[in-house]
Amino acid sequence: MNAAIVISDKDNVATALDPLDAGQTLRTGGSTVTVVEPIPRGHKVALRPIAAGAVVVKYGSAIGTASLDIAAGAHVHTHNVASARGRGDLATAGLKEPRYEGGRIAEPADSDPADPSASGAR
Amino acid sequence: MTPGPAFLGFPRADGRVGVRNHVLVVPTVICAAVVAERIAASIAPIGAALPHLAGCGQLGPDLNVTHETLAAYARHPNVGAVIVVALGCEQVVAQHLADTARQAGKPAYIVSIQGEGGTVRATARGVEIAKEMATATGRAERAWCPASSLVLSVKCGGSDYTSGLASNPVVGRVADRLVDLGGSVVLGEIAEIMGAEHLLAARASAPATGAQLLRIVNRVEAEAMALGLDIRGTQPSPGNIRGGLTTIEEKSLGATHKAGERTALEDVVAYSAPITKRGLTVMDTPGLDVESVTGMVGGGAQVVVFTTGLGTPTGNPIAPVIKITGNARTALTMADNLDLDVSGILTDAESFEAAADRLLHEVLEVSSGRPTAAERLGHREFAIHRRNPTI
Repeated sequence: MNAAIVISDKDNVATALDPLDAGQTLRTGGSTVTVVEPIPRGHKVALRPIAAGAVVVKYGSAIGTASLDIAAGAHVHTHNVASARGRGDLATAGLKEPRYEGGRIAEPADSDPADPSASGAR
Repeated sequence: MTPGPAFLGFPRADGRVGVRNHVLVVPTVICAAVVAERIAASIAPIGAALPHLAGCGQLGPDLNVTHETLAAYARHPNVGAVIVVALGCEQVVAQHLADTARQAGKPAYIVSIQGEGGTVRATARGVEIAKEMATATGRAERAWCPASSLVLSVKCGGSDYTSGLASNPVVGRVADRLVDLGGSVVLGEIAEIMGAEHLLAARASAPATGAQLLRIVNRVEAEAMALGLDIRGTQPSPGNIRGGLTTIEEKSLGATHKAGERTALEDVVAYSAPITKRGLTVMDTPGLDVESVTGMVGGGAQVVVFTTGLGTPTGNPIAPVIKITGNARTALTMADNLDLDVSGILTDAESFEAAADRLLHEVLEVSSGRPTAAERLGHREFAIHRRNPTI
């Protein structure tokens, strides 16, 4: 059993399956990194340096943005990662721009009768 | 015996199949909740009450959600007979709920507290009807039914790092297999799709379905943002954060594993609205566990598979809730509340496929009548989602 697990090759963090100690060397997911501070079980450790503003990647997808420079081997959690979603505390307008995927998926009009959010039943 | 995976269920007149055969006691309004609970308790454990906080003082969509949710339970395949307990002056229409049950082929009676003349008489009348219904319902026999008649609700609560790494992917494999067999799967909790919606939308069988998913995720995010607060105040929850989950995106990416790894998204439906498509449906529910399970069961799910890293007791009045954990410590400390331990995945002691075999077997056994931990402990949590203030 590995002490930590990396889910996708794209990830820049690993998840500790056991508590990790400072100085411990992790060889996981093709990376070797020296842990620089204690990491609680279930928490994340940086596999390489992540600069402030860079994307933190787990499951091969973005889980947030580094709010501070994160050293390889450092604990990655709420103190140095900001969520990009649901940030009403940062918003200047109440509503978020709709997202489009390659121009293929467009927002239906508000009057869309098939909209399940518009009433209690379809 | 039906070829392929099957279970012993209760075939219903409307073509659906029940995995339980409850006598449902529905209060139309909060004012009738205590009488309904006493009537249901007189025929425990076959009696199931739906105590709720609504039914009056509601307007527009909020009233519709209450009405539709109660009606959905009245026609649910896990229900064999229905008693509607009315006060007499409320908004929710008792006759509508009774008619809904009868149209689904179930006997249904109304007991009115004002009509009977108070709590004591209404309770006595309800208990008398309940005893007769329990006797008749208890005579129903189970019959072999194919796994394709199952609508499986997939849910997670009290998540930690093991949820996304072990238990949710196991549930996802069972979801894929059930859909392969012709069954249905429903995923709720829109806030916990936030950050992973691009992956689910890309699996939509029609572009319009993917667009609907993105639209409701955007709506939930806008609602949270309109409060002017950081969603991290509740998503992830304080316990999630202690468990190692840093952002809602991380939680969502782990949570959506429950919806399978490859199954196409076929439909997006409103809270408690009927799940009509085979394959994967997303339901517009909030992230709060009990409100979410209440809505997905209302949509027609007969069984809930619920992953938990930290452990949680949530059940449902009419649907068995199967608890599965990937956390070896929680499997010991919360053993009372849990049905399946898949923590061996994280120690390489068990493969995902072997764990999925065990879970699918458990789903079929529970569907055939084996009680879950939540049922044994009497967990019957029920809460209708509310979107507006009480007027």
